[in-house]
Amino acid sequence: MIRPHDSVIVHTLARVFIPIIQLFALYVLIHGHDSPGGGFQAGTLFAASFILPVIAFGIQGSLTVLERRAIILGGIGILLFAGIGLIPLLLGEEFLNYGELPIPGMEASARRHLGILGIEIGVTIAVAATAVSIYYSLRERGEGEGN
Amino acid sequence: MMLFDDYLLLTLVIVTALGAVFVRDLFSGVLTLAAYSFFLALLWAGLGAVDVAFTEAVVGAGLSTLFFLVALFLTSHQEEVRKQFKVQMMALGSLGILGFLLLFGSVDLPVVGDPESLPSKHVSSHYLKKSLEETDTPNVVTAVLADYRGFDTLGETTVIFTAGIACWMLLRRRDDSAT
Repeated sequence: MIRPHDSVIVHTLARVFIPIIQLFALYVLIHGHDSPGGGFQAGTLFAASFILPVIAFGIQGSLTVLERRAIILGGIGILLFAGIGLIPLLLGEEFLNYGELPIPGMEASARRHLGILGIEIGVTIAVAATAVSIYYSLRERGEGEGN
Repeated sequence: MMLFDDYLLLTLVIVTALGAVFVRDLFSGVLTLAAYSFFLALLWAGLGAVDVAFTEAVVGAGLSTLFFLVALFLTSHQEEVRKQFKVQMMALGSLGILGFLLLFGSVDLPVVGDPESLPSKHVSSHYLKKSLEETDTPNVVTAVLADYRGFDTLGETTVIFTAGIACWMLLRRRDDSAT
């Protein structure tokens, strides 16, 4: 059995690093068009920032109903992805053809740029929620077993 | 053409992979596996696949390490050694065959970056030439993943979500299934 570390250094570093990881995840998501990265990496980083506290501070307290149902948020992320793809389909174009998104005053390439950002946000939400949900499931299993 | 540091990284990948298998203490095993993923990420970056390297670093070295650590909270961190000679021999044999098939298949792969190879002649040249103009996205990998091959990415995300649902159904406590 691994116990949480009671070192001040570990606790302080975790407190400093968690917001930095989240800020970096946001950068990776928004800057995915220009540099390596995108929805998958950003979602994983977001999830890691939620899971890191347990390494530093240990498992304490029981889960809320919201935490038990975190997987629902993953479904919302996929629905956002598929929903953006569905808009062109409803307008008589191909599924996921962002060039035909009904945004006035924009060129097709700019609409594609925006569509990519939209689905990347969906991927981020889905990946982050799924990873966090797997972690919460593991934690739930550990509850009431001498932790 | 592989450089000297590629061979060095490849050696480190193999050494850390073997270490992760043979080390008895599971905590050390998890950290060795993280080191393995990190060296693999460096290898990808050296081959020019920066997006793959990034994914390997955050998923392999980051998130899966965290999952293993949380799982270790719930169990003992010493490996229980069971001597099952027959199973071990079967695993060794099937892995040997798999390794041979992979090596056999890799003979037909084109040289990395060869412009005359079949994958380079197909749609990828269109992506490289036109993606900035068509999607306003300088990173070709993002344009291919999210736009040209968006349907595949939707499928991949659904696979991850499905894995999450499976974990949730397997690991949740039974007593709240009625609520």
